[in-house]
Amino acid sequence: MLNDILQSIPQVLIDGLTLGTVYAVIALGYTMVYGILELINFAHGEIFMTGAFIGTAMLIVLTGIGWVSALPAIVMLITVLLLTALLTGLLGMGIERVAYRPLRNAPKLIPLITAIGISFLLQDLVRFIAELKKGNYIVTGPSLFTSQIKINSSAISSVFNDASIKSSFIIVLVSAIIMMVVLDFFVNKTKWGMAMRAVAQDRETASLMSVNVNKVISLTFFIGSALGGATGVLFAVQYGTIDPYIGFILGLKAFTAAVLGGIGNIRGAMLGGLLLGVMEMFASANLTLMTGGVFGAEYKDVFAFAILIIVLIFKPEGLLGKPVAEKV
Amino acid sequence: MPFTLDKEEGIRYMLELKNVETFYSGIQALKGISLNVEKGEIVTLIGSNGAGKSTALKSISGLVKVGSGQISYKGNDITKKQAHETTLLGIAHVPEGRRIFPKLTVKENLLMGAFSVKDKRAIEERMERAFRYFPKLKDRLEQKGGTMSGGEQQMLAIGRALMMQPELLMLDEPSMGLAPIIVEQIFDIIRELNQEGITILLVEQNAYQALQIAHRGYVIQTGAIRLEGYGQDLIKNSEVREAYLA
Repeated sequence: MLNDILQSIPQVLIDGLTLGTVYAVIALGYTMVYGILELINFAHGEIFMTGAFIGTAMLIVLTGIGWVSALPAIVMLITVLLLTALLTGLLGMGIERVAYRPLRNAPKLIPLITAIGISFLLQDLVRFIAELKKGNYIVTGPSLFTSQIKINSSAISSVFNDASIKSSFIIVLVSAIIMMVVLDFFVNKTKWGMAMRAVAQDRETASLMSVNVNKVISLTFFIGSALGGATGVLFAVQYGTIDPYIGFILGLKAFTAAVLGGIGNIRGAMLGGLLLGVMEMFASANLTLMTGGVFGAEYKDVFAFAILIIVLIFKPEGLLGKPVAEKV
Repeated sequence: MPFTLDKEEGIRYMLELKNVETFYSGIQALKGISLNVEKGEIVTLIGSNGAGKSTALKSISGLVKVGSGQISYKGNDITKKQAHETTLLGIAHVPEGRRIFPKLTVKENLLMGAFSVKDKRAIEERMERAFRYFPKLKDRLEQKGGTMSGGEQQMLAIGRALMMQPELLMLDEPSMGLAPIIVEQIFDIIRELNQEGITILLVEQNAYQALQIAHRGYVIQTGAIRLEGYGQDLIKNSEVREAYLA
């Protein structure tokens, strides 16, 4: 059995890391907003979904234009990613302005309910538009980056099987890593990133430093939503078919990843996402084997979440979270 | 001292509060406060816990909304200005409890003070100036603010405020929770800052020490000004002695 598990490891790692980076980038959106407002922005999964639809719509339109479709697919994808990020970023900012800011001083439960309301609103809005334009709310985008690449992992050691990846996997992986590295740099090394951390730690005092707190909060929503929307495009490219409800379960898992890493902690969200992705793919590949056929691959989430529960029992603040100890 | 007790016509106060009323989570914390601070003065606001001292500072800096009345700074109405706007005008507010950003380094905390400054050279000059008052900070630049002792945090909080190059420095209970020797140091530095031309509005429960260094003082009680006068006169006032200096 161990041998079989070992053999599958290269493929598990490739699939897991790819899925994991998707979780990780979405988890960033949850964790940034939580860090600054202590609000669980449940609409974030729907921002991701909206991004997937906006991106797919753009790709459909662009591939329909003769001279554009002659361009290299990667140029088209980058353009679509940037435009979608801009649009979903503005969407996220708008949601904060309209739905959360007026409730800034309300009990924390209230904006949470509003967030759920925004979720449904976005789902139905996207569904309505998709049905209007395509006659069906399940949409398949143009297929790009479909070539398969073989990785000769058996050459490293004979215990491994060869792994194979679609070239879109690489696109997803590279784009997601770029987004994470840039964000990490922004938050830790730039002036506005520092302001963001300051606002997260003490909003009132930050305003005494001439920081316009509302501006920083808008910026946070813009960045988180832009990343989420761009990830939606990557998801659509990777998996082909999307519907208005993909944001729910994916958002839930990304949120889980954020909690696993320590909510409010940016590097924690990245780590949590990657771990969750790998655990899920590991379970998907090996669960049948490990349980002698009692549980099939479809129980992968049970496995992944069982590990999450165990981690949280022993480390409730998450892997990279620090126990809350306020100095008076 | 650069002030007169007679309120002659034409005197422009650096800071003037006229009948300021402020409501704080449903309670009226300030019941019509009037006070003024002249350029170059140290003015202290003393009173017991919950009298409204902190609310007065928060009303000035714009952390809380003013219900009615008027606040003017160098002749301009700032009653409705928010905190990130008043601080741009040269008012620095060191809040009660120091409020260091615990997870930012000492250096980042200082840089936050100069958030509105774009010129890198100017930022460095201001930082050097902060080190002149608080040389200890220079050795701790990479340390996280939250890991420092209370006294060091207070020094960082004042240093951070100096990064704004304020004309009016408002300090809320700088002596709170500190050892007497540190309090002594802090008060020395406040006096020194004042001699270099910074006008100071000092809120203190430590009334005796505050009145010692202040030119003038106001005694605030349940949201209203009860007494006002020269620092030395207030120290001798029987009412003050009984209530705050006993």
